[in-house]
Amino acid sequence: MISPLGRASDLAIRHANYLIFACVLLYFGLQAPAFLLPESLANILKQSSFIGIAALGMTLVLLTGGIDLSVGSVMYLAPLIAGIAMQEMGLGVPFGLFVALVAGVVMGAINALFIVRLRVIPFIVTLATLFLFRGFGTWLTSSQQFDFSDDMRAFGLGGLGGIPTPILFFASVAVLIHVLLAHTSFGRQIYALGNDREAARKAGLRTSWIEARVYVLCSACAALSGFIIIAQIGRLDAGFGEGREFDVIAAAVLGGASLFGGVGSAFGAVVGATLIQTVKLGLVFSGVNLYLQPMVQGLIIFVAVLADSFREKRVQAVQKRTIRPLTP
Amino acid sequence: MTAILTLDGLSKSWFGVPAVSDLSFAVREGSVLGLIGQNGAGKSTLMNMIGGVVAPTAGAMRWRGQPYQPTSAADATRAGIAFIHQELNLFTNLSIAENLFIDAFPRRFGLIQRGAIAHRTAQILARLALQADPGTAVGRLSPGERQLVEIAKAIHNDASLIIFDEPTTSLTPRETERLFETIALLRAEGRTVIYISHILSDVKRLCDDIVVLRDGVKVDEGAAADFDVPHMIRSMIGRDLAGLYPPRSAAPTSEVVLEAHGLTQPGVLQDVSLTVARGEIVGLFGLMGAGRSELARALFGLDPVASGEIRLAGAALPPGPRGRISAGMAFVTENRREEGLMMDAAIADNLALVALESFGRTPARLVDTAAIRDQTEAAKRDLGIKAGDISVQPVKALSGGNQQKVVIGKWQMEAPKLFLLDEPTRGVDVGAKFEIYALADRLAAQGGGILFISSELDELMGMADRIVVMNRGEVMGEALRADFDRTRILSLAFREVAA
Repeated sequence: MISPLGRASDLAIRHANYLIFACVLLYFGLQAPAFLLPESLANILKQSSFIGIAALGMTLVLLTGGIDLSVGSVMYLAPLIAGIAMQEMGLGVPFGLFVALVAGVVMGAINALFIVRLRVIPFIVTLATLFLFRGFGTWLTSSQQFDFSDDMRAFGLGGLGGIPTPILFFASVAVLIHVLLAHTSFGRQIYALGNDREAARKAGLRTSWIEARVYVLCSACAALSGFIIIAQIGRLDAGFGEGREFDVIAAAVLGGASLFGGVGSAFGAVVGATLIQTVKLGLVFSGVNLYLQPMVQGLIIFVAVLADSFREKRVQAVQKRTIRPLTP
Repeated sequence: MTAILTLDGLSKSWFGVPAVSDLSFAVREGSVLGLIGQNGAGKSTLMNMIGGVVAPTAGAMRWRGQPYQPTSAADATRAGIAFIHQELNLFTNLSIAENLFIDAFPRRFGLIQRGAIAHRTAQILARLALQADPGTAVGRLSPGERQLVEIAKAIHNDASLIIFDEPTTSLTPRETERLFETIALLRAEGRTVIYISHILSDVKRLCDDIVVLRDGVKVDEGAAADFDVPHMIRSMIGRDLAGLYPPRSAAPTSEVVLEAHGLTQPGVLQDVSLTVARGEIVGLFGLMGAGRSELARALFGLDPVASGEIRLAGAALPPGPRGRISAGMAFVTENRREEGLMMDAAIADNLALVALESFGRTPARLVDTAAIRDQTEAAKRDLGIKAGDISVQPVKALSGGNQQKVVIGKWQMEAPKLFLLDEPTRGVDVGAKFEIYALADRLAAQGGGILFISSELDELMGMADRIVVMNRGEVMGEALRADFDRTRILSLAFREVAA
């Protein structure tokens, strides 16, 4: 029924993100062969984990057709609260990590409350909490930087069996989110909800409960990602995480998550985050003018979003209402 | 045989207007019941009551002898009732197996038992003779296959009553044949089926019993063996009418305004040709899903056509609605609340909208508000819009009939050559209907051509000079005013050329 060419273009559109990734790697590899050395690749992966962990959470939200703009502020506020708690109580890093996660869950619950209970659209709610969470942090610190104890850096720069801490956490979260999405009913119901909300309701799914948990998980991921990167720096600046929500959303979308809901995967989010980092590092390696780099990044994101929109158009064309069979 | 579902004096009215009145009948367990009736006969309301989507205003239902009062779709599913709608409720991004189990996956240690759901799904698919892997994404299946997945879902939920609502609309003849085999299989398994369709010969062939609805009332009932297609059509045809329509004030001319030739769009329209003359009201009749609104949208340039041509007053038309408007077409949409009016804006602003550019003055094209005020006031008097200060009062404060006058009025400002009126009297009370008919007559008498789309045959017979009948995106035939014959027109609409 479908021509080979149509099939090929269909395949290309569906996997546009992987194609772009391959091209980018190849291009930078040709420009600077050192770029493809294991050390630099491991370095890319380590640096990707910051955006990557948050992008994994964001993928859940995008799958339901929603969006979370507050992740950048969560990345800032969660480690800050954890740091203050550690300082006040004199407790160690594991306790701090726990506090950061709880703070993330609470912030996610605030988002969920407005979105699910009060039926305000996610864009507006999370735009408001973006300012709210950061404002709260600024008030706590009076815009001063916050210094962590040396344990924190030891944790952040350490590792287990030669694997650096950030990669360990990135990999664990990726596996967890993958299992959640692919192998639990909650995960499959997220896909169902994103595909057709009305049908999901008719099928008897608890759509509000699914949606609420998704926002909580997204914030928890953002909190974790913030805590891990701060552990490497040992210091929290007032502007930390500002504007990062766009990197996170871009990573998820580059990884194949659709802004229209129902499409995306954990593996995709990992690829998307790594791709953004690859481009950033590759541009440095190949000596592109520093001021041109944001433009190149923007262009790549634009191409990925364009592919998403093509994909959606194709789906809509298939679902268009007909009143007679297409083939007589 | 015992009754699985019994309806007893079931009634539903919307704001005092009855949609279904005092409906009583029983569905025998293990039988196939055919439910037929014209548009608006109350079939959908009845189904929504059985499905727990709307609550009856009076009467009761009994399911297997027990009182049955569903308050949600899930209640109906739990009782063992499944619906196969025209628009399917499947998740295209999930596999067949996942669609079946989405509300309750079997789990071990919190993880889905993929092997188990695939195995169970494969068993059901084998029974339905659907050769597809349970892991196939539903989005990759044809419409016919998707419908089989819906049926598989009903079997999986152990539904004992399966209700099909116009299931063959988007199926090919082969897929339709396969659906009928599946229905026979369901019946052989002891399941009960309610089959709703506009294709009467299918109903005759599939069903054991037939119930005929008209205006929300059961008008006929019996064994399918006692019905033939002309009998069904006779039962569905309604009452007499007199004095509901204004006399036509002028005869149509022979000068053709609209000429459509061979319009085809796969899946929507098939070789549609149509003419409308100056001063003529052409009625376009068809059942739900016959393609009337789709044709109007194509004529107005809102939807594409793959082939065919449209000429207005002899000239070929530019693509897109802007071009069609400037060429002299006006489209009064079926859905005036969402597509035809700015509900919160003032009546005058609505009236002036289409002609706004012609009110531009000075090189900067600033809008001449004084001229707008004069002309909209004139339009208000002319159309008899019952309103206060039209520059302040919003459209949403008007009655349905007066809103419709505003829609027609805003187009009339540009004096178009052709009006497409899509269901202009829907949701309008009887008195206001008469005024809209009178308005249509006046537009025609002033030399406009009118394509009057309606699902009420009576109003077309009252107003049209000629009625064109559509079915499944094709023109089935037409009738001139002199030989309007309800039975023949309805037969054409049902694609039964028996009478």
